[in-house]
Amino acid sequence: MSERVSFHQQIAIDSELANRFGDLHPPFDKQAAVTEANRCLYCFDAPCTVACPTHIDVPSFIKKITTGNLAGSARTILDANILGGSCARACPVDVLCEGACVMHRYNKQPIEIARLQRFAVDALHESGASLPFEPGADTGLSVALVGAGPASLACAAELRRRGIRATLYDARPLPGGLNTYGVAEYKLPLVESLREIEMLAQLGVDFNFETIVDFLKLAELEHNHDAIFLGIGLGAIHQLGIAGEQLPGVTNALDLIAAYKSGSLTTVPARVVVVGAGNTAIDAAIAAVRLGATDVHIVYRRGQEQMSAFTFEYEHAKSEGVKFLWHVQPTAIRGVQGVEGLELIRLVSSEDGSIVEESSSKFLLAADLVVLSIGQAAHASFLTEYGEGLSKIQLERGRILIDRTTGQTSSPKFFAGGDCTNGGREVVDAVADGKRAGIGIAAWLEARHV
Amino acid sequence: MSRPNPTLETTFCGIRCLNPFWLASAPPTNCGEQIMRAFDAGWGGAVWKTIGEPITNVSSRYSSIDWEGRRMMGFNNIELISDRPIEVNLQEIAEVKRRYPKHVVIASLMVESKRETWHDIVQRAEDTGADGLELNFGCPHGMSERGMGSAVGQVPEYCEQITGWVKEKARTPVIVKLTPNISDIRIPARAAKRGGADALSAINTINSITGIDLDTFQPSPNVDGKSSHGGYCGPAVKPIALNMVQQVQSDPASALPLSGIGGIGSWRDAAEFILLGCGTVQVCTAAMHYGYRIVEDMQDGLLGWMAEKGFSTLDDFRGLSLPNVVEWKQLNLNYQIVARIHEDLCIGCQLCYTACWDGAHQCIHLDRNLPVPDTTRTPSMVEANSARHISTTPIPKLDAGDLGRTNAVTPLERIPRVDEHHCVGCNLCSLVCPVENCISMERIDKDLPFESWEERTAKGVIPPGAREVMSTNT
Ligand SMILES: Cc1cc2nc3c(=O)[nH]c(=O)nc-3n(C[C@H](O)[C@H](O)[C@H](O)COP(=O)(O)O)c2cc1C
Ligand code: SF4
Ligand code: SF4
Ligand code: SF4
Repeated sequence: MSERVSFHQQIAIDSELANRFGDLHPPFDKQAAVTEANRCLYCFDAPCTVACPTHIDVPSFIKKITTGNLAGSARTILDANILGGSCARACPVDVLCEGACVMHRYNKQPIEIARLQRFAVDALHESGASLPFEPGADTGLSVALVGAGPASLACAAELRRRGIRATLYDARPLPGGLNTYGVAEYKLPLVESLREIEMLAQLGVDFNFETIVDFLKLAELEHNHDAIFLGIGLGAIHQLGIAGEQLPGVTNALDLIAAYKSGSLTTVPARVVVVGAGNTAIDAAIAAVRLGATDVHIVYRRGQEQMSAFTFEYEHAKSEGVKFLWHVQPTAIRGVQGVEGLELIRLVSSEDGSIVEESSSKFLLAADLVVLSIGQAAHASFLTEYGEGLSKIQLERGRILIDRTTGQTSSPKFFAGGDCTNGGREVVDAVADGKRAGIGIAAWLEARHV
Repeated sequence: MSRPNPTLETTFCGIRCLNPFWLASAPPTNCGEQIMRAFDAGWGGAVWKTIGEPITNVSSRYSSIDWEGRRMMGFNNIELISDRPIEVNLQEIAEVKRRYPKHVVIASLMVESKRETWHDIVQRAEDTGADGLELNFGCPHGMSERGMGSAVGQVPEYCEQITGWVKEKARTPVIVKLTPNISDIRIPARAAKRGGADALSAINTINSITGIDLDTFQPSPNVDGKSSHGGYCGPAVKPIALNMVQQVQSDPASALPLSGIGGIGSWRDAAEFILLGCGTVQVCTAAMHYGYRIVEDMQDGLLGWMAEKGFSTLDDFRGLSLPNVVEWKQLNLNYQIVARIHEDLCIGCQLCYTACWDGAHQCIHLDRNLPVPDTTRTPSMVEANSARHISTTPIPKLDAGDLGRTNAVTPLERIPRVDEHHCVGCNLCSLVCPVENCISMERIDKDLPFESWEERTAKGVIPPGAREVMSTNT
């Protein structure tokens, strides 16, 4: 058998990229970590644990840092959240664990939970130790997981620990989904995402890459496996439906981020306009700045209060030099050979509260690159296109309907989790979904097969 | 009211002092050059690093205990007395006294337990112009194996005898420095007093092993793989030192002017030692940790506090706390306090809750939001229940209308409640609470007259009305 090349060794790290996208939150050194860990009160029934979607036992892992038990600390983290290292970097902690820390109420800084979590997991990686979990005794059961993003990975880990085979299928050449291709590099570098997933390979998770799961393939999976987990994320980014959208120089935020992270995009032209004001739009705008654009705008049809990006993301974007235009609506993309500008019209609220175009307020915003980030379609088509087998799965507004505690869909053999069920949230929510589904699948299989 | 203009000048067993802050006999007082720099920094006196037959030290010789990020909470050494020749030390003392006549220099001595040897060293030390002598009967390592140091301090007869020999010769005040490595500090103190000592100083260092290296299994400080018990000092020993000071000062057979030593690092520590009757204080570890400059705040802070309290000299408050330390049997059994949690300050960490359940008397409960109080739920039941209902959690910003961001007030279910009928007033919860003044201990006794165990047993009955400690959960 030929030696496996680990995931993170399959990519070349571009030092130029690493420089431009240096760590947003630099890691702790040991002394600072221990001092910070000692600030934690070790709350009883801690609110931070409740606020973490995967319910990491925060006070326990922090306590272990204070005593130098870093391996134990990492184990506590990974036990609850198998992607604890990536989440430590990518989580919007201000609205999750750190947002719930009781230290806020003492007029103090919350404990820097995420940086401590990263410290413990990084220490495990650096020590060269393997994942501190063993696969369970083989039960002979097997589950197919569609998509190799965080939801499927977390689900697979739970299954493997219970002795159930887990086989992942993904259309891309590397695992991780948005973790690998979609999170801004200064938060979660590609290589870190892959390093963490490598540990799952050690747990015996099987990966199939560059595999499109179509109708036939799905039927085959359904036939060959005891259960199926759908962690398929979201579909294509929405289109604006205006003239010029097919011009070269129009792209979308996810493609832009995936392209620079995987090294196929190393520079952008001077003037970039991002349409939309969610967290992904902000990531794309900041990426444009760091890839060399001198003039980056975010345009949004509503006001600052209504944008879906977190406030700290907005502040960060401003500090990177991104400019914001509120209450404007794109009406056309102008250009001959490629993009030359974005035509915008101003919007105002009318008497009855609805938003209307202000007449004769059209203007042109010069641009060489237009990046769309106005939401993604759900994967509903994936399910309906294939009729029969999958039509049993109920959808709601394009999302797969699941039982939140087990991940089970209305078709018992199918489970689902992550963005395709919640419409697009944080990595950690996908991990939590996947974890619950893994436990749910195992329980369901046990009840049925034993 | 006219503001007092306090002074730190004082007299200790006849020795005039610019201020009560002395450096203890240790590395900071190893040579003349150091001591002159210390005097320039503001120290009122220095006890010279103990002089005797020069010795050879080992390396390494210090180790310490860190506590939650603070360095050197407890300090340990296996160093011996001065390793410099006696003549050099004595010459330098004379030089320092010539240049700093108003500052106090005490010669610390330790020699072979022979009368002539002591007479000789006393004579030579006093010829330098030193203001007094301190007899080092405390050094717990090395010297004791040679029949000196704590080998003397631990045997009252030797203590008395050697003090006597010194007094036969000495013209300056003689201070006996006591070792804490003894079951009752009053025994050697009384012996020193019988021997004619003019003053005492306490404490020297406490026998200790600071720790073992978990990789090499070797103790520290490491001398080629081995170690030896050393002397413990620094902030960690202050409570022990205060207790010993109190014991000596409240025993008429041992009480003498006392120079307090042990974990003093600030004016606050110094004030506490003086309130228990000390005339001066000596500092070693704090000066080793931060340098001589710490004395500036010691003087400034103590003067500020004295002005605020209306004291003009150290004697105005020296010993004021002594009457407040009594024997247990003299404490008031009718004094009762209970814990009160101030909801407006509580941050909901629930440390008090779990501390009272596991470490005290099970009388703090988390049932504020229950219609009927449930005083039987244990912490593990609370945790199990919470684990059940957090299996799916809404994201504060997305699901629950910004729930997670309004942290101003602690949710009611996180604020513990004290069952005052069962609270025994042990203080534990208020000690663990991280928020200042959030848990106060409040008096609830119903004006019952003072009654101590001593009185109660003298009467032979347990009078009605005395509040007995109830068992909880009844
Ligand atoms: C390194 C070191 C050496 C010491 N050497 C002596 C000494 O030679 N003679 C002596 O009487 N006490 C000696 N001591 C004890 C100190 O004078 C003092 O009694 C003790 O350290 C407690 O005070 P502290 O808590 O302020 O350090 C030494 C202490 C240390 C740390
Ligand atoms: S809420 Fe804050 S202080 Fe309490 S355990 Fe969590 S991190 Fe520590
Ligand atoms: S320890 Fe103090 S802050 Fe914490 S829950 Fe108890 S009263 Fe509130
Ligand atoms: S004082 Fe002691 S017994 Fe009373 S509530 Fe606090 S910890 Fe419990």
